[in-house]
Amino acid sequence: MNETTAVLESRAYIFWYGPAQALHDISCAIPTNAITALIGPSGCGKTTFLRSINRMHDLTPGVRHSGDIQLDAESIFAPGTDVVALRQRVGMVFQRPNPFPKPVYDNVAYGPRLNVLAPPRELPDRVERALRQAALWDEVKDRLREPGTALSGGQQQRLCIARALANEPEMLLLDEPCSALDPIATQRIEELLVELKQTYTIVIVTHNMQQAARVSDYTGFFYVGHLVEFGTTQQVFTRPTDERTEAYITGRFG
Amino acid sequence: MSSASPLPRSPTLLGADRSDRIYRSLLTAIAFALPGLIVIILGVLFIEALPALKRFGPSFLWTSTWDPVAEVYGAAPMIFGTFASSLLALLIAVPLALSVAIFLTEFSPRWLRQPVAFLVELLAAIPSVVYGTWGIFVLIPFLRAHVVPPLKAVFGWTPFLQGVFYGNSLLAGGIILAIMIVPYIAAVSREVLLAVPTSQREAALAMGATRWEAVRSAVLPYGRAGLIGAVILGLGRALGETMAVTMLIGNRHDIALSLLQPAYTMAAAIANEFSEATTGMYQSALMEVGLILFVLTVAVNAVARILIWRVARGAAVGSKAL
Ligand SMILES: Nc1ncnc2c1ncn2[C@@H]1O[C@H](COP(=O)(O)OP(=O)(O)OP(=O)(O)O)[C@@H](O)[C@H]1O
Ligand SMILES: [Mg+2]
Repeated sequence: MNETTAVLESRAYIFWYGPAQALHDISCAIPTNAITALIGPSGCGKTTFLRSINRMHDLTPGVRHSGDIQLDAESIFAPGTDVVALRQRVGMVFQRPNPFPKPVYDNVAYGPRLNVLAPPRELPDRVERALRQAALWDEVKDRLREPGTALSGGQQQRLCIARALANEPEMLLLDEPCSALDPIATQRIEELLVELKQTYTIVIVTHNMQQAARVSDYTGFFYVGHLVEFGTTQQVFTRPTDERTEAYITGRFG
Repeated sequence: MSSASPLPRSPTLLGADRSDRIYRSLLTAIAFALPGLIVIILGVLFIEALPALKRFGPSFLWTSTWDPVAEVYGAAPMIFGTFASSLLALLIAVPLALSVAIFLTEFSPRWLRQPVAFLVELLAAIPSVVYGTWGIFVLIPFLRAHVVPPLKAVFGWTPFLQGVFYGNSLLAGGIILAIMIVPYIAAVSREVLLAVPTSQREAALAMGATRWEAVRSAVLPYGRAGLIGAVILGLGRALGETMAVTMLIGNRHDIALSLLQPAYTMAAAIANEFSEATTGMYQSALMEVGLILFVLTVAVNAVARILIWRVARGAAVGSKAL
């Protein structure tokens, strides 16, 4: 845990939605093969920051940013950056489940097909593996031909996790991936994350303090667009340097 | 209608209930009157067509003689021409209209979207007869000079380009129809694509799809039912379009595979021949053509809706726009 090589580095990153500044001067280094939790009250900019990392904001009109975000010491905003490749490397599970209205199977097979990650005959195995990892296989193994949108909210959430996993990213951005899950499914996702961090770098946004404390190695606390505190989870939860962090994690606000 | 309210406004809830009831029965009556009108039109067409129906039976649909002197009528050429011209129109219009809709919703710069959408939809406001005139004086000379010769040079051996091109033809009629239905298909498709949630595009892009891949693999499939609806809507318009086609298609009772030959459509036949239809049987035969056209267009729309309902289980994007 000590040799922390950062894959992702945010340098004085600032972000505006039109005239409204959503992020102020975000600087942090997200270590490789570890789980980093982003916590903070609603509307503080966690999603905005997460979506910056895979340049999802490119689609949104009227936004701008300054500062820099570097992946493997290369700016993701540098001219000539292959955004498509970046997004394949940095997978994302959105705050709201957004499965395609295609069969469950095709949802999971979407990435492997798109990026030609595997020959067609290996697809069924991959789909099954991803669905197992996302703790969804048992529930959908007889419903693979049904549309993904016909699943329950929590199942859709896990379907989106499976879809992201099947695409073999190097880094996973998860925006409240357990918000609609029951405790058992949540536990299985947490186990999955801990298992995945051997090979992936994971950033997870969560409103669940216990979850952040349980699974993450590093924690960042956002407050009204500022990254107030960033450090190892142990330090942030036991010896926070900022009183707002302490107030938040002890539940005194937010 | 508002003059019906000298009734003093009753302070009691009971009174309000009564005026509510009157209002509601009025609306119910109107709601039933409109479908009723369709039934009446259908009934009149049927009664007027009865003599022809009795005389020629179902063979009216597949015989080709149209001889007012001998009083023998068969509508096969018009039915063929109606379908052939509409299909040709769809073949040209669908790729064009879809491209416009995709460009406007997915790729065009924002400032360009409204003006272009506005202009495309404006095309729908041009009177049919103006399209016809334009077709005669601009389209046909253009086809004759620049389109037909190269087409013949390459595909002249197929049955679709046999014969001499005199101008008025299936080709000219089909192209003018295509131009006329593009705005409808484009407008509905645009509505459909706009209704596709951004989260669907994001889902695809976040997997490493290019903009075009996201359109092809996420946006279009999501809107598929609505897009099919848009196309069928265009087909419905093409089947019944009258004036411009009448001016351009050549109006010949004949079935020819060649696009260069004149043809006929049901709508054009009715428009052309009604004033000449002096005998009862001639009129009745035209009425039967009208009946066929009516049933056909209603069926096309019904099929569209069933298709949409089947494909998207009742929750199609853009089905509202239809
Ligand atoms: N598309 C947008 N346009 C304008 N403002 C936005 C947009 N998206 C978010 N914001 C604003 O930016 C701020 C940060 O939003 P963000 O979604 O990043 O918060 P969050 O920390 O993810 O909150 P939550 O925990 O509720 O998901 C909020 O004030 C929000 O209103
Ligand atoms: Mg959020």
